[in-house]
Amino acid sequence: MRIRTTATVAGASALLLLTGCGAADMTKQASPFANAQGAKSLTLSVQSWVGAQANVAVAQYLLEHKLGYRVDTVQVDEVPAWDALSQGRVDAILEDWGHPDQEQRYVKDKKTITPGGGLGVTGHIGWFVPTYFAKQHPDVTNWKNLNKYAAQLRTAESGGKGQLMDGSPSYVTNDKALVKNLNLDFQVVFAGSEAAQITQMRQFAKEKKPFLTYWYAPQWLFKKVPMTEVKLPAYKEGCDADPAKVACAYPHTPLQKYLNAGFAKNGGKAAAFLKKFRWTTEDQNEVSLMIADQKLTPEDAAKKWVDGHASTWKAWLS
Amino acid sequence: MATVTAPATRVSLPGFLKHRAAAKLALLALAAAILVPLADAQWASGSWPAALTVDLTQPLGRVSDWIIDNRDSHPLFLYGFGYVSNAVVLSVRAVYLVLLAAGWAGVTAVAALVAWRVAGVRLGLGAAAAFLTCGLLGMWIPTMQTLALMVVAVLVSVAVGAVLGLAAGLSDRMDRVLRPVLDTMQVLPAFAYLLPVVLVFGIGVPAAVLATVVYAAPPMARLTALGLRGADKEVLEAVESLGATSRQRLLTARIPLARKELLLGLNQTIMMALSMAVIASVIGAGGLGDRVYQALASVDVGAALAAGIPIVLLAVVLDRVTGAAGEGDSGGGHTGLSRRAGWAYALAAAVAVALVGRFAGRLDWPGSWTLNIAEPVNRAVDWMTDHLYSGVPVIGGTADWAGHFTTWVLDPLRDGLQALPWWSVLLIVAALAWVIGTWRTALTAVLAMAAIGVLGVWKPSLDTLSQVLAAVAVTLVLGFATGIAAARNDRVERLLRPVLDVFQTMPQFVYLIPVVALFGVGRAPAVAAAVVYALPAVVRITTQGLRQVDPAALESARSLGASSGQQIRQVQLPLARPALLLALNQGVVLVLAVVIIGGLVGGGALGYDVVFGLAQGDLATGLVAGAAIVCLGLMLDRVTQPTERRAKKGA
Repeated sequence: MRIRTTATVAGASALLLLTGCGAADMTKQASPFANAQGAKSLTLSVQSWVGAQANVAVAQYLLEHKLGYRVDTVQVDEVPAWDALSQGRVDAILEDWGHPDQEQRYVKDKKTITPGGGLGVTGHIGWFVPTYFAKQHPDVTNWKNLNKYAAQLRTAESGGKGQLMDGSPSYVTNDKALVKNLNLDFQVVFAGSEAAQITQMRQFAKEKKPFLTYWYAPQWLFKKVPMTEVKLPAYKEGCDADPAKVACAYPHTPLQKYLNAGFAKNGGKAAAFLKKFRWTTEDQNEVSLMIADQKLTPEDAAKKWVDGHASTWKAWLS
Repeated sequence: MATVTAPATRVSLPGFLKHRAAAKLALLALAAAILVPLADAQWASGSWPAALTVDLTQPLGRVSDWIIDNRDSHPLFLYGFGYVSNAVVLSVRAVYLVLLAAGWAGVTAVAALVAWRVAGVRLGLGAAAAFLTCGLLGMWIPTMQTLALMVVAVLVSVAVGAVLGLAAGLSDRMDRVLRPVLDTMQVLPAFAYLLPVVLVFGIGVPAAVLATVVYAAPPMARLTALGLRGADKEVLEAVESLGATSRQRLLTARIPLARKELLLGLNQTIMMALSMAVIASVIGAGGLGDRVYQALASVDVGAALAAGIPIVLLAVVLDRVTGAAGEGDSGGGHTGLSRRAGWAYALAAAVAVALVGRFAGRLDWPGSWTLNIAEPVNRAVDWMTDHLYSGVPVIGGTADWAGHFTTWVLDPLRDGLQALPWWSVLLIVAALAWVIGTWRTALTAVLAMAAIGVLGVWKPSLDTLSQVLAAVAVTLVLGFATGIAAARNDRVERLLRPVLDVFQTMPQFVYLIPVVALFGVGRAPAVAAAVVYALPAVVRITTQGLRQVDPAALESARSLGASSGQQIRQVQLPLARPALLLALNQGVVLVLAVVIIGGLVGGGALGYDVVFGLAQGDLATGLVAGAAIVCLGLMLDRVTQPTERRAKKGA
């Protein structure tokens, strides 16, 4: 009997020791699927839009073929990706469009995430109409005249109002507030995903129908469906501070990279490489177009770009 | 997945019932006449009055922020949830490493041999073919990830379910407490379970496993309790008279007697776990579901199909193998010894194959052996969108149908519901629930509906409701028609049966893939997916109900010279009323589950709010929508619940 008790106590204390003096920090647990075969490995977050896929494809290709890493990618939406990055379930985000709340919480307060420098690409969100429509009706490119065209922009989903097409619920958007605060006779219709939105825009473009959409640059689709931006009230610093009262355009955002703080410190060559990773809008579009339009796999597209731009990426490895 | 047994037909007296229904309606009208003017004077407004809502978004948002800020420091997490999360991660990882170490050859061999021993040669070969197909499609690693997650989730679910089932089976008081809870849990859409776990555990595998456990444990508990309670009284008495202690009675008589129910419970738990493990990709489960999710996000139907096929194969194999185990020992003539020897041989063979694979250095599925189906499928889909999507002469394209369905059915229905005064919606709910069920179900239904209003999501909920109603109507028309055809014609039934079997085992997620290809994005595809998902259950229950109609009644109708149309309308359908009501109830529950998931393909409303909450990290919005989904599910179930609680509802 005593032996059994002793064994139990020993077992229990061994368990306690093993689990680190009794505290189990769930934020420090990586994915059970990571590092499965003992390789040098890291995890990159890949967002759902093609530009982000292009960043990750090229970074992954170079990390795997030039530095000998094994790279896992996970698709996480933008905001949860910050949480995952803070917890170390993801090691890096390569393209962030500006999330001040998250930056405050994780970079400044908790210090679990460090900035990884700029990506070299400047992003801009706005409202767009197809150029063929803008040429027929030049005044549509100012928001003040949009209500005139509401009837032309009606669809089954928008009911009696004009349709303003939005894409994925995860993207940065103030459109509902904008429509309300600018007194526009429009209904925001979420396509559900960016790909669904692109499918719809191409359908419209094929039939030369007018449409109004939330869109952003850099984006490869501009090469396929030329679009013109609709002017919104000018952006001023802080005019988008209160999400419910926004009545101004979206800013121009230099896209940023972020690394998990632990990874930035101990990530060796991979972390150094990701900090130096910086390319231009044209480069990104080239890869995006190969993925989205020519239907190359991201890996093949990355290989093609890498073969043709040695001077650019050699600098990231040094 | 849902194998549903219709209760024995109970010949009801329509005249008497109508009388009671009229009395109930009169009483309700009286109550309404008093209450409505009061309510209307107090809160005159078309949709739910703002004065009666409670805004939970802000407190919930604060809770969510607090959890994120304290997850790595507060003792509740360090010493409580942290361990749970840790244990899940460690065990999933352990299973995953074992699966990887066995290699593809080893895993396939084990699966095939287990299937062979349990269910015969054909299923053994089927299992092997299924696993090889997973590899061939380039999905070996995701399949193993899903499998690892499922193994852990199923083990935990079975343990939890068995303990709860034991408690409910042995104690009447526990049974009274647990049964309504378990019954209710089974009618809620899987999506509603995701957010609470994300709130505590964050996005990732631990949350996914726990959501799966919560979703998959109830059938095990229900069926365990059922099996223990259903044990033959005489056998128990005989055992007791032999002087067995209560523990001996449990172990030697009651549990063995409940074997069939226990195995059925295992089967259902596995199927529900698979279904949930796939949906949980939305909260970071990884594996096959994640591939489907990613592919859906980029409307890449080919890639979605490549990940969807392994899910379907896994579901069919698991269902057949566990189902065969439940059907009892096939082993006529097998002695215990030879059975054991068979297992030993099987084990040895599996180990041998795994070792060969290992020494041949072929642990990973060889990259050159994969078949890229994504491209040809996408080309086919492109062709379809070009040629069938719109502008087909005379019949119009699928996108046109979707557009028309949206403008002519969904829009008027939604606008009509949203235009109804709020009290009249409550009244309709009460009337329907009371006429079909009892005053208890009516009360629950009305309270659930009112709770939706209080939560402040009246409008999106009615939007979801309009989609559910449209989908249920379509499902019932198609389902009853097919059911009647199958009940009257043996050949039709024989043809339908395998199709229904396959469709019933497929996880809900898979249905989203083809509808996006056909109908694009919006509410119409969400409704279409819901119809396809709910149809098999409705067809099956209708067929069973019609077939159980007393042949004597049918014969006498025929001898009186009734035409076959008259026979159906005046004899079979009235007599099969309970089964038809059950079909309605099942149809509603299943449709709701998929309409919610339709938020992923542009279905909007409550499902979209959940997806939005997850995508924007705005858990408060998501949680409120989740609570509304729960209320809506409760309301719909109660409204359509026949007077007598379904005696034996499968899942």
